[in-house]
Amino acid sequence: MTGDVRAEFVAALGADAVLADPVELRAYECDGLTGFRVVPALVLLPRTAAAVADAVRICARERIPFVARGAGTGLSGGALPVANGVVISLQRLRSIIEVDPVNRRAVVEPGVTNLDISRAAAPHGLYFAPDPSSQQVCTIGGNIAENSGGAHCLKYGFTVHHVLSADVVLPDGTTAVLGADSPHLGGYDLLGAFIGSEGTLGIATRITVKLLPKPAAVRTLVADFPSVEQAGDAVTSIIAAGIVPAAAEMMDAVAIEAVQAALDAGYSRDTAAALIVELDGPQAEVDIQFAEVRQLCQNHGTTNIRVAGDEHERALVWKGRKAAFAAVGRISPDYIVQDGVVPRTLLATALTRIGELAAAAGLRVSNVFHAGDGNLHPLVLYSEAAGELERAEELSRAIAELCVDLGGSLSGEHGIGTDKACSMPRQFSEDDLATMALLRAAYDTDGICNPGKVLPTPRLCGEKPGVHRPHPLEAAGLIERT
Amino acid sequence: MNSEPLADCVHCGFCLPTCPTYVVSGQETESPRGRIYLMDLAARGEISVDEAFGGHIDSCLGCLACVPACPSGVRYDKLIESVRPQVEREVPRGFADRLFRRLIFALFPYPNRLRLAALAGLLYTRSGLRTLLHRLGVVERLPSRLRALEALLPPVGLQALFSSVPEMTPGRGEVRLRVGLLAGCANRVFFGDVNAATVRVLAAEGCDVYVPRDNQCCGALSSHAGHEEDGAERAKATIEMFERYRLDVVVANVAGCGSALKEYGDILSGSPDFAERAKAFSAKVRDITELLAELPARTARAPLDLRVAYHDACHLANAQGVRSQPREVLRSIPGLSVHDIAEAELCCGSAGIYNLVQPDTAEELGRRKAENLQATGPDVVATANAGCLLQIRRFLDEGITVVHPVQLLDASIRGVALFATADLNAKTRERR
Repeated sequence: MTGDVRAEFVAALGADAVLADPVELRAYECDGLTGFRVVPALVLLPRTAAAVADAVRICARERIPFVARGAGTGLSGGALPVANGVVISLQRLRSIIEVDPVNRRAVVEPGVTNLDISRAAAPHGLYFAPDPSSQQVCTIGGNIAENSGGAHCLKYGFTVHHVLSADVVLPDGTTAVLGADSPHLGGYDLLGAFIGSEGTLGIATRITVKLLPKPAAVRTLVADFPSVEQAGDAVTSIIAAGIVPAAAEMMDAVAIEAVQAALDAGYSRDTAAALIVELDGPQAEVDIQFAEVRQLCQNHGTTNIRVAGDEHERALVWKGRKAAFAAVGRISPDYIVQDGVVPRTLLATALTRIGELAAAAGLRVSNVFHAGDGNLHPLVLYSEAAGELERAEELSRAIAELCVDLGGSLSGEHGIGTDKACSMPRQFSEDDLATMALLRAAYDTDGICNPGKVLPTPRLCGEKPGVHRPHPLEAAGLIERT
Repeated sequence: MNSEPLADCVHCGFCLPTCPTYVVSGQETESPRGRIYLMDLAARGEISVDEAFGGHIDSCLGCLACVPACPSGVRYDKLIESVRPQVEREVPRGFADRLFRRLIFALFPYPNRLRLAALAGLLYTRSGLRTLLHRLGVVERLPSRLRALEALLPPVGLQALFSSVPEMTPGRGEVRLRVGLLAGCANRVFFGDVNAATVRVLAAEGCDVYVPRDNQCCGALSSHAGHEEDGAERAKATIEMFERYRLDVVVANVAGCGSALKEYGDILSGSPDFAERAKAFSAKVRDITELLAELPARTARAPLDLRVAYHDACHLANAQGVRSQPREVLRSIPGLSVHDIAEAELCCGSAGIYNLVQPDTAEELGRRKAENLQATGPDVVATANAGCLLQIRRFLDEGITVVHPVQLLDASIRGVALFATADLNAKTRERR
């Protein structure tokens, strides 16, 4: 990058918004997935949406690749910088512009944390439903990029179900508004395509989200089981009984050990699996279903049921669950958080197979997962110092691909990012991938917007560069490249 | 530095929203996660310990809000304290910076010098010179560090400046404990009223109170700023001084000092003569609110009809884990209501000498804290640390008084109106 371009960024954004010191740049070389590291050429910290557009316009003109970054908590390397590219951090766009209790919505900037939206809505008895485990840190901009879920998406859905509209800066530096206040629009769902695009279609700078009224009643229990399989069967029976829990989460013995070491959230240490079930809704409904859930847990051999007696105990159960990934740092020097989905009925099979893969690799795997929708988070424990990184990455990849083989998917909520781009052909046909590439190219003609993420590239996956193969629709003359 | 504890960080980012400098700047390098990452790179020799590195270490307030927030149990407190001496050694500071820091360390730990400086400050205020200079706009043109020093001048009266508490005050009724009180250095000069209230409350609650006269600085300022050796020497002197009195408990009413006293066991763990003594000493240390919450109350308490916004001093809440006790003590006063504030975990910007050496960030944090405190509509703001008292007072609206919780308890026990004697609410407005 030339000094002139750098000076132009400084002129457009201000000197304190451009980081170029080699030491400072190193702090941005990775996100929450530290195994992948690339030092960017510059880090930009714009303060306004207009400044974001200015920065992207310069990038587009100069064909400089850029990567948007929120809180850097992502676990798939979605905010991994590009060498010679710039990182655009949205951490200075942190205003809650409006909370509108009458229409039950809030307008926020992308750097606002997920939890701060709920905090701002709380005085009105409202909250923002998606609740990723990192909700106190991760920002709504990143939630949109990854289409984040969380423990409660079993009942309430993902980020895509809770965003009404977004002002975005497109990869050419122009701006657009996707979606609208009305939830029912005709035509193609451009906002839907943008949410979950992992920062490859542009940067959201102003977001209108839906707020939900807090449920009248919430009840939470933790049931211990002598095996993960029995806990899995209990979940299947709960769903089969027609109950939609707000959340159904499971932790195995290793995860429980870590959580208890971190903060004593009251989990039993001598059990193979702990199942958290939370019900919410009108009091009468919750009471009836709660009794049913207890009975179903007993039918499947629970050894102990702990009911959260008050809001404080409930918060502690969740604090423990949500800190589980990071708490594993106490029992292992390094670990990879995997994220895959299997059909709920195959939970037990998947866990057995993961156990076998781990044994073969000679590494420990801990399982923390959203049992209700079959979204697994196996944590591969390893020590980089002991030279186990490569083996751990291989095991992690094998687990993700196992999920696909069982009829599930590569990612439940953490995204494909850098980590799983090479596994995409496992799940999608070449035609699927080519169609996705066409969609992406419609927004990002020059390939400068978070390149290298989501779709496999030869550079990334060690494939041989091949001759371009036209998409069947192209071959049929129905569409053409511009 | 030792790189083992660095490896505990898993880069999850849970510390980010608790870090005041990150909240203000949005910059990764201004966060605990970013600083740990840089420390790790430096420990591996991948980056050099240069000005850029040192700048991000210097900018850390040391508020330690990130420590309880960390699910992986990273001891950031240990990490930052071990890297600060390295920065002191390896990063050359500019002339003005060196001079300013030397001035601070030559002034604050010495009560007599500080008293002289405060006297000069008093003359400066009372003579009308201060008003004049403000009116002429001279103060506005000062470098921001000198402006901060000027603005933090506490409105202390002549009498208070030279007041002191007796070396021994007998406890009322049957004596329950022999308690030593660290008078502090800046605390003794600027907050004699807080010390007097502490002694009265302890005596009323049946404690013999000893306040050593030859009390030097406990070393908190030095240790928290990376001056290891000076901190260790001061720790030894403080231990020796208190050992003379055969005490059950050593009390601090300044959170920063209390946390340093509790760290003596760690600081001196390598010293053959002092390791055991320091450990035993640290085990006896309590914050005044901690001790009062432990002791079943003997005294009757008169009602105080006040709304109190309580500010958690970082070195009390984060460094010592003392959160509920000050609130309990305040709630033992009939008629008084205690209100928690938004962004409670965010430092007020005082942080030892931080508001003097990093005045711009400190000012932003101070204003933010004042806004959050004022949002609860308080009559009084209470906080258990001298630095916070000075910092917060600077930014609060007129009419809200800032006190140490023990002053409220003292007023309640004595059944007098708050500040019958204190001139704490004689806030000078002209400097804002």
